[in-house]
Amino acid sequence: MSLINEAIPDPAVAPLSRLSSRVGRATAALLPPLTALLIAAVVGDLLILSFGQSPAAVFKLLLEGTWGNAYGFGQVIYKATTLTFTGLAVAIGIRAGLFNIGAEGQLAMGGFCAALVGLLLPVGTPAVVAIPLCLAGAALGGASVASVPGVLKARFGASEVIVTIMLNFITLAFLNWLIATKLNVAESLHTPEINAGAVARLSSVIDAFRGSAANFVLLVALAAAGYVGWYLFRTRAGYDLRAVGLQPEAAEYGGVKVGSVWLRAMLMSGALAGLGGTNYVLGYKQYYEEGFAAGAGFLGIAVALVGRNHPAGVVVAALLFATLSQGGLAVNAVVPKQMVDVLTAVVIIAVATSVPEVQRLLRSTVRGGAK
Amino acid sequence: MGTGDGGRETGVALRAVGVSKRFGVVRANLGASLEVRRGEIHAVVGENGAGKSTLMRMLAGMYAPDAGLIEVEGRDVTGWSTREAIAAGVGMVHQHFMLVPTLTVAENLVLGQELTKGVQLDRAGAEAAVRSLCERTGLTVDPRRLVSDLTVGEAQRVEILKVLYRGAKILILDEPTAVLSPPEVVELWRVLRRLSSEGGTVVLITHKLDEVIEISSTITVMRAGETVGQVRTDETTPAGIARMMVGRDVRLAAEMEMDGGRGTGDGRAALRVAGLTVPSSRRPNEVDNLSFTVRAGEIFGIAGVEGNGQTELIEAIAGLRAASAGSISLGEADLAKMSVRERSAAGLSHIPEDRHRRGLVLEYSVGDNLILGLQRRFSVNGALQRERVQANATRRIREFDIRPPTPALPARALSGGNQQKVVVAREMRGREYSVLLASQPTRGVDVGAIEFIHAQLRSARDAGKAVLLVSADLVEVLALSDRVAVMYEGRFVAVLDRGEATRERVGPLMVGVETGDGGRGTGGSAEPGGEV
Repeated sequence: MSLINEAIPDPAVAPLSRLSSRVGRATAALLPPLTALLIAAVVGDLLILSFGQSPAAVFKLLLEGTWGNAYGFGQVIYKATTLTFTGLAVAIGIRAGLFNIGAEGQLAMGGFCAALVGLLLPVGTPAVVAIPLCLAGAALGGASVASVPGVLKARFGASEVIVTIMLNFITLAFLNWLIATKLNVAESLHTPEINAGAVARLSSVIDAFRGSAANFVLLVALAAAGYVGWYLFRTRAGYDLRAVGLQPEAAEYGGVKVGSVWLRAMLMSGALAGLGGTNYVLGYKQYYEEGFAAGAGFLGIAVALVGRNHPAGVVVAALLFATLSQGGLAVNAVVPKQMVDVLTAVVIIAVATSVPEVQRLLRSTVRGGAK
Repeated sequence: MGTGDGGRETGVALRAVGVSKRFGVVRANLGASLEVRRGEIHAVVGENGAGKSTLMRMLAGMYAPDAGLIEVEGRDVTGWSTREAIAAGVGMVHQHFMLVPTLTVAENLVLGQELTKGVQLDRAGAEAAVRSLCERTGLTVDPRRLVSDLTVGEAQRVEILKVLYRGAKILILDEPTAVLSPPEVVELWRVLRRLSSEGGTVVLITHKLDEVIEISSTITVMRAGETVGQVRTDETTPAGIARMMVGRDVRLAAEMEMDGGRGTGDGRAALRVAGLTVPSSRRPNEVDNLSFTVRAGEIFGIAGVEGNGQTELIEAIAGLRAASAGSISLGEADLAKMSVRERSAAGLSHIPEDRHRRGLVLEYSVGDNLILGLQRRFSVNGALQRERVQANATRRIREFDIRPPTPALPARALSGGNQQKVVVAREMRGREYSVLLASQPTRGVDVGAIEFIHAQLRSARDAGKAVLLVSADLVEVLALSDRVAVMYEGRFVAVLDRGEATRERVGPLMVGVETGDGGRGTGGSAEPGGEV
């Protein structure tokens, strides 16, 4: 009896310690990416010095060319939009314990399907109908590619890492074949312009963005980040998904069907990556082109890791990598653009070695492979 | 030099003074001290989270203390490394074995200091060295067997041999009996006594007070990171030690043996298992054509050495493992085809044997863990109701005195006893149920929490629940159960009423030895496949 009555917690203490534990956890979550950035900055300085340039001047140039003017900022926003989608795609997979390396292929398929819907719709279809249909097409396209590793994993426990890597080749080759033989405008590697579903550029509202590719798919990306956050942390399905990612056996004990969660997570991941294709296809060029966002799927892995698989973190990390990518063009006159690629690689490696999720995934992949 | 001689004169092998160690916000040790004399068997006891393991690990060089002094044979060795500790003859046998399962016994022993012939491993030399060590110590294991083929008891022998092989004169054992059968425990005691009689020093951490009384000559009691005191074993009693550990009077399982059997056990059949066969990766009949019934209002205890099919049996009933034959029914409901969630909804509650693997999502907060398996009850249209999760957490934390009382704290940060309270609170209070599977409900849990969990199990029984209890702790099974089944190689070798179930009777049955003292008792027949 005494055991129960001995210590009733002081209610005043509980919220305080809850707050401090929250702050503590946030700090712990932010430490690896911040350290990684610091390391990258130091390496960047050394690289710049090796080209005989002043690091301060080059970084100033980089910032001016990105956040310093409306056009550069627009370009950053444009690139960050695609990366937000692929980052979210990878993040939701990792939350479920899955390493989706197939965002690259899913993104391409999403872009293609958005273009296909836009081509099939009659000219003059109102935007309120056409845009949602194109977005749905993109999501379905990405999800359909991801369904293959999803089903194989849920049904047979096949390593999603291997399957998604392989499927990237298959998907891209298939799309290239379609574009090269069936759907292209003569002398090009892109489809005709879509009939309906185009999304307006930001410059149609704010004139300063003129010339930049930034468009209102940005809002879809932010909505997707909000949705993923709500889904992961506020819904029962998200509770189940994270439990599966952390401890599949405990989730199973808690009545969660692990295989179905894997499949669902993979489909959501593919849908998010697929939506990333609309940024180019609906918002920028209004057609699908071979290799339109090459590398954005893979970079999504880095975005998710630097963002610690949290939707807010993903948005910030997407901005960071977009800044580096756009900044590379800005400093090209002084140091080679590739220097920024090296910087990006340093960030990725530094984060990858410090983030526990990666270590866990690598371990489970190695173990899965050994079976 | 002077202190060195001093240590030798006084016969103190190991001394820790005012040792403190923090891990983040957790203070594991707070000015703890310990003095172990050469050649004695010294027991360190205390509740879970009292800081015993941390102190031992500092002695063995795994952690450096934040403050305080550690001396071995009078020499200041504060903050030394494991390598230095081994060189000085201090070796630790861990609770969780650290052996390479794919290597042989001999290979494991010489790992890190392999005998070589040129560039090749000198296998024969290693085996001979191990054999001679076995003879010297009386710990016998075939050096050529693979560690993965060993029983838990044998693996532990290898762990001890490994430490001795490296020349340890001071042996530290962390909960060595947690996984052993009674005969294996007797064997371990024999070996430890022999070591001590030959001048070796043994320090041993344990929870089990009867063991402390039996084996040790001196006892150090720890509580909340501090040393409460040191007593000579022949000058104290289990109750006295328990009082020091908890800081108040507690009822011990052993003392309750007589008043445990209040279960009527004549209620309706709540859980019926018939002809159940469960395969594992090792063999097709880990559970072998087993039949029994647990009635409402009784605790049906399964005694047995771990690894005789208990895990598979419980998992099959809970729906976590597929059975190859047989039926399981709960009241009128046929469980066999149901999912885990459906079984739970039908009235099955489950305290799993491994809270770190199954019972808790360690990274989840205490509040989130308190709804694991109950997610649906705490959500509307798919959205979790955070306020209700929070209210539930506050309530259970208060009812079960879970410490620290912080719903947002990750379960990982709690001590073993408090983690188990989270599981017990959820499974026994958080929901309606008619049958409770309680698997190793008090493993790695401190005395105070054991008392509490036992009381919970008894009151569940008194409230008419059917409790299927599995425990490697024979004292626990005997103290709580109204009927006791002894499981050996997937079958029940005996089912005994509580009156007939004594330590002397059950101990040999656990290792497959028939006592042959006649009647199997009224508890039921033990023919394989027969209804019990």
